[in-house]
Amino acid sequence: MNNLNYISPEIFISLSIMFLLILGVFKKNSSSLIHNLSIGLLLVTGILILNNPSESDVNLFGNSYIIDKLSSLMKIITIIGGVFVLLISTKYLKISKIFLIEYPILILCSILGMLVMISSNDLMVFYIGLELQSLALYVLASFNRDQLKSSESGLKYFVLSALSSGLLLYGCSLIYGFSGSTNFNIIGNAMDSTHYGLTFGIVFILVGLAFKIAAVPFHMWAPDVYEGSPTSVTLFFAIVPKVAALTAFIRFLYVPFFNMIDQWQPIIIFISIASMIFGAVAAIGQNNLKRLVAYSSIGHIGYALAGLSVGTNEGIQASIVYISIYLVMNLGLFSFLLMMKRNDQYFETIDDLSGLSKNHPVLSLSLLVILFSLAGIPPLAGFFAKFYIFKSAIEQSMYFLAIVGLLSTVIAAFYYLRIIKVIYFDEEREKYDTDHSVWLRVSLTFSTLLILLYFIFPSKLVEIVSRVNII
Amino acid sequence: MNFPILSSLILLPTIGALFLLFSKDKNSSTVKYVALFTSFVNFLISIYLWYLFDPSTSNFQFVEDREWLKGFINYKVGIDGISILFIILTTLITPLCIVSVNNTIKDRLRDFLIAILVMESLMIGVFCSLDLVVFYLFFEAGLIPMFLIIGIWGGARRVYSAFKFFLYTLLGSVLMLVAIISIYWIAGTTDIVQLYDLGIDSQYQNLLWLAFFSSFAVKTPMWPVHTWLPDAHVEAPTAGSVLLAAILLKMAGYGFIRFSLALFPVASELFTPLVYSLSLIAIIYASLIALMQEDMKKLIAYSSVAHMGFVTLGIFTITQQGIEGSIIQMISHGLVSAALFLCVGVIYDRMHSRLIKTYGGLVSVMPKYSILFMLFTLAALGLPGTSGFIGEFLILMGVFKDNFLVAVIASFGVIFGAAYMLWLYRRVVFGNLINKDLLKIPDLNNSEKFILWSLAIPVVFFGFYPEPLINTIEVSVKDLIEMYNSNLNMHSLEVQN
Repeated sequence: MNNLNYISPEIFISLSIMFLLILGVFKKNSSSLIHNLSIGLLLVTGILILNNPSESDVNLFGNSYIIDKLSSLMKIITIIGGVFVLLISTKYLKISKIFLIEYPILILCSILGMLVMISSNDLMVFYIGLELQSLALYVLASFNRDQLKSSESGLKYFVLSALSSGLLLYGCSLIYGFSGSTNFNIIGNAMDSTHYGLTFGIVFILVGLAFKIAAVPFHMWAPDVYEGSPTSVTLFFAIVPKVAALTAFIRFLYVPFFNMIDQWQPIIIFISIASMIFGAVAAIGQNNLKRLVAYSSIGHIGYALAGLSVGTNEGIQASIVYISIYLVMNLGLFSFLLMMKRNDQYFETIDDLSGLSKNHPVLSLSLLVILFSLAGIPPLAGFFAKFYIFKSAIEQSMYFLAIVGLLSTVIAAFYYLRIIKVIYFDEEREKYDTDHSVWLRVSLTFSTLLILLYFIFPSKLVEIVSRVNII
Repeated sequence: MNFPILSSLILLPTIGALFLLFSKDKNSSTVKYVALFTSFVNFLISIYLWYLFDPSTSNFQFVEDREWLKGFINYKVGIDGISILFIILTTLITPLCIVSVNNTIKDRLRDFLIAILVMESLMIGVFCSLDLVVFYLFFEAGLIPMFLIIGIWGGARRVYSAFKFFLYTLLGSVLMLVAIISIYWIAGTTDIVQLYDLGIDSQYQNLLWLAFFSSFAVKTPMWPVHTWLPDAHVEAPTAGSVLLAAILLKMAGYGFIRFSLALFPVASELFTPLVYSLSLIAIIYASLIALMQEDMKKLIAYSSVAHMGFVTLGIFTITQQGIEGSIIQMISHGLVSAALFLCVGVIYDRMHSRLIKTYGGLVSVMPKYSILFMLFTLAALGLPGTSGFIGEFLILMGVFKDNFLVAVIASFGVIFGAAYMLWLYRRVVFGNLINKDLLKIPDLNNSEKFILWSLAIPVVFFGFYPEPLINTIEVSVKDLIEMYNSNLNMHSLEVQN
């Protein structure tokens, strides 16, 4: 019974989902109510997480579930991401005529899955959490079912993701077979590089996880899914599941697999370098902003993985800092995308941005800040994110990784600059609507200011993250 | 703690920019006066700073040290004899740029002034910072406003030039970032004052030097990575070209002195021949290209490459004369190239052509302009009595001490310099007045006169009386060289053992 106290956030969110479902069935036209309620319930969940009764790490249910600094921090980040997604998507959903009760409920479901994933300390628990979040995401991707592209992206995501889940499950079974347990700590003790079966298991699990965060060479689904899904869902895809999957990466690499660091380190370095370069090069040719964001997120995941590949606490912390700043930047970028409408029609290609700075100076300035930050130009937050990553990499003398990473930021800078060029240097077009919801403005302002002023107090975030010590 | 005068120098223009950002007027002259006022106050503060500055010591003065990135990097600023002159150059050039926008920038004046003011903050920051990471931050952040200045208000090929400028500089700088982080792990700090005391293990110096060099060589710009400069200069609006030529290029020369020489003496000694050869190529090659230019701005851009070649040459002689000469040459080139770009700007505003063949015979329509233009032409080619002479002369003296052959070749550069500048002047100002459109153009107006005279006075003054400049930098340079030599001796002792 005592165990249940610790998982009160998970219990609360499950009950909320059921409650909202029932409410949605019995009350007609309750979309708006459920949407608002779910935001409130998510916030309560966040408070419950902050209210964790224990200061030290807690292992629950026969050591299969763990509440520690890492899990609490990542859960909070996930919840913040979820709240903002719900806050800013209302208007978009209404205009796209998909303002249905299922949307917030599905998001809550997938967040529940993520919470479980983040806290899992056991292969089975992890897999349950992963599948719960994935199933909700498949439905969300095809949420605009009348549109061909949305259905296509949902189906594509489902098929490929199911394949990767299969690989992951196969890896789990190999690990179980060779180590005799599904518990992370026991697996960790059984790890021994003479067991080739374990090495195979690690590879399969890493492939499965790399697929979930769309790292090269398992990224193929990302551009299509990002482009096809409704924009608010793309926003969700771009930020929230990445946080959970990155946590899973951290857990797997540093708890059960840590003794095999020599085996997995080259794999992660390869994935990281490939993602950074591919993300930078492939984005150059894109004209659709959502597609471009997909490629840029592939690149950014490469940097986050670079931090993980280092094998130190500093590296892990750098990755967490990176993913948090990445979340803020993408939040700003998507708030902007959700503002790009004229007469109830949304625009999403780079050409549509032409000359934006003349008609919408403030909007353009925010976007300018966000884009330069994504490109990693100092003194914006994106620079510090990269700085920490490379600082931890160079500490371990991983110069190759650092130099390749920084050179790919130069390539990536090109396509961010291209957008800025279109906004600032090109001829203006018709004005866009300005009747945006308050929350959309708030989230754009919030992320822009955070990025712009990060350099004044750069230590705050790092201090919070530095409590995370896995090794 | 004393009043944070350096931080206020850095912050003031940004505050002015913020003020402009929230102002309602977009194009009126109030906006301009606010910007002008801010930058002028900044200039006065910097002059006051020079007055307070104690030239008898090479220690850093007005140091501010604040915790920033907790535990490893502090926000640390301070100045010595080497940096103070660059700060004054920056604060002098910026208000003149703002005055000059009168005639050139018609569209989005407010945004332009914001960019210029932010740029000023960042440039002062570069010259003040006493921490490598802080330096990098200021150094790189300058790309953003400059990219916008070239891209929004530039000429026909502005997009290409802005991209080239941004990507070249960024590419050069990323290696420097790797080097800075490596220094942190090797020496345990990125604080320059501490690094000066600690020194950096000689086995790492070569690679670190090359990483810093990659950044500074692009920024200087040295041959063969100079190609971004002519494009950027030609396409940028006049004020942008002025900032680029007068101050941005000096960041690299400053960086060479402050970091390459002081932190990596062993590597600097090793790579001196490389720098010599690249500088000589830059001097001769850029001068020859300048001779053949038909576009005035391009000609001055190539002359900048040649002049900066002299600067790098002087720095790596590691002699008192050479380094002092380089600093004075940088200051002088800052004034003269700024003035020359403004001179081109003056006639460009009237005729909307930068081609030399459009002009000819200007002396009869614009006599006042012709006199000032001649003064700056002569200063650019290093005529005695102008600041250009002092710099070039000291550099050549330093080079003669070090290497006779290099000095002889470099001296050819002086002759070429005279050739292309005088030829430019002859074709633009003298000759027959063929283009009848020229008859209609007016001579200098008041603001133009003000700008050009404010630049002409220091050029001539320091040409005849360079004492204040030399006094300011002398001790700092001397101690730098002493530190360099003692580090070098220590290293050779280590090698012998």
